[in-house]
Amino acid sequence: MADKRATIEEVVSELHDGMTIGVGGWGSRRKPMAIVRAIARSGLHDLTVVSYGGPDVGILCSAGVVRKAVYGFVTLDSIALDPLFRSARQNGEIEAMEIDEGMFYLGLLAAAQRIPFLPTRAGLGSDVLRINPELRTVTSPYPGGVFDDGSALVAMPALALDAAFVHVNRADTHGNGQVLGPDPFFDELFLGAARVRVVTAEKVVEPGALLGEGPVQTVTISRLLSDAVVQTPNGAHFTSCAPDYGRDEDFQRLYAKSAGDPDAWAAFERRYLQVDEQDYQRAVDEERSKSGAA
Amino acid sequence: MTEVGAGTDTGVSRAEVCAVACAEAFRGDGEIIASPFGTIPAVGARLARLTFEPDLVLTDGEAALMANTPAIDSARDDMVIEAWLPYRRVFDVVWSGRRHVMMMATQVDRYGNQNISCIGDWKRPKTQLIGVRGAPGNTVNHTTSYWVPAHSPRSFVERVDVVCGVGYDRASEAGPVASRFHEIRVVVSNLGVFDFDTPDHRMRVRSLHPGVTLSEVEEATGFELARAEGRAEIEESRLPTPEELSFIREVLDPRSLRDREISS
Repeated sequence: MADKRATIEEVVSELHDGMTIGVGGWGSRRKPMAIVRAIARSGLHDLTVVSYGGPDVGILCSAGVVRKAVYGFVTLDSIALDPLFRSARQNGEIEAMEIDEGMFYLGLLAAAQRIPFLPTRAGLGSDVLRINPELRTVTSPYPGGVFDDGSALVAMPALALDAAFVHVNRADTHGNGQVLGPDPFFDELFLGAARVRVVTAEKVVEPGALLGEGPVQTVTISRLLSDAVVQTPNGAHFTSCAPDYGRDEDFQRLYAKSAGDPDAWAAFERRYLQVDEQDYQRAVDEERSKSGAA
Repeated sequence: MTEVGAGTDTGVSRAEVCAVACAEAFRGDGEIIASPFGTIPAVGARLARLTFEPDLVLTDGEAALMANTPAIDSARDDMVIEAWLPYRRVFDVVWSGRRHVMMMATQVDRYGNQNISCIGDWKRPKTQLIGVRGAPGNTVNHTTSYWVPAHSPRSFVERVDVVCGVGYDRASEAGPVASRFHEIRVVVSNLGVFDFDTPDHRMRVRSLHPGVTLSEVEEATGFELARAEGRAEIEESRLPTPEELSFIREVLDPRSLRDREISS
């Protein structure tokens, strides 16, 4: 069986300008931040980012790699709003497709099933149809059938992805992925909806070793859903990756505070975003021991 | 802590009256998920379960359902977990209708349309907020209520900038698929409780919190509230019972987080 191990640089080099990329996780939880940071410094352009948005969306918008964001929300959880995403929207720097969270789910599900749309009640009556004029409705082909009310449903189009990135607690070298935390989120659907599928993990183990880490139900991503697996320890930082680590709230506050001030943000970028992953992790360690000693 | 109106001398705070009003929103709901957003709604949903709605289902705020009813800021070790409900499965619940969400509203209008997306033109907002989130799907699939901790003409508006949660007028225009399961039950604010039990579903005052006058509410509301028909005067929001008060203060919110959410 194929050994799917790869490096951050290798998987990011597969991306091209104009691609649509999906980012797994949810809000400021279990985001593939090592990859997000690498894309932010890649010099790519015109990406469409599809995400249950957290700091991934803010950082990518601020890096100038994003043409369009597709989301239902963007939040840092313990901090309600992401300042970088807000300023990108308020300054008109990005296009947006803002949809109901459930529509988002159905868009990924349709893409994973290779069908053009899925019908839903969600979105009807709201401004989601006004702000996304490309959205269409559909009436049931079974008039008078069960649950048919005779009026239109929203036809949520497939959110097909060129590439998807998710971060999990453990993976094996064949690309099976294991979520030891409480929620697998929509990671399987992001991978299912994508052409190039990348799983990053806190730790990559030998095939067969995942069941030593947790019960079989925690291996939610089978190798059918992955092309590459990358070991990125602390790779979700500063978002949470339970049970390996929680959100780094101090660092997230530093991120949000820096993002609100141009000089502070330039310093943050120099120290944390214009460096490779190893130097990032080193800088995070330094910051932590500094504040721990203070 | 601000005590309620002059002359009542009950020692009950406005936040505690609001918590009871939020609890009352869930009365009669039975075995469904109560999803409160915000501190005082969280106290309210738990209070309802400890008293008159024992079958309510509550989440742990993450991916599980919680069998016990500890304080709103309790440690995970104090929670007794009864079932698994990751985000993906939440949509099974939403679309089945077995849920009553109490969301916040940055703006709400007379028909119960709600906005949490942005202020200004959506194409280039003056202020970007969190996004439409699940509000469009919630409102056409199951009962929804709103919590507005700062009642003002900026939050109770003539027209919301982006319709996220669907109000009665928009649900009706969108047709029976949208209106069949639609119910905006109440809007609870720091000043009172409002509902849509009028012939054309325009918002009316259901009750004013003790110490709040109708003119105070009218001044703080950016549209005309419908008058309650056939009632001489507007009711006062009820005070907590002694049992409820001890649940709020000693069990559910012993660190008084509720007082940080509203200023009056």
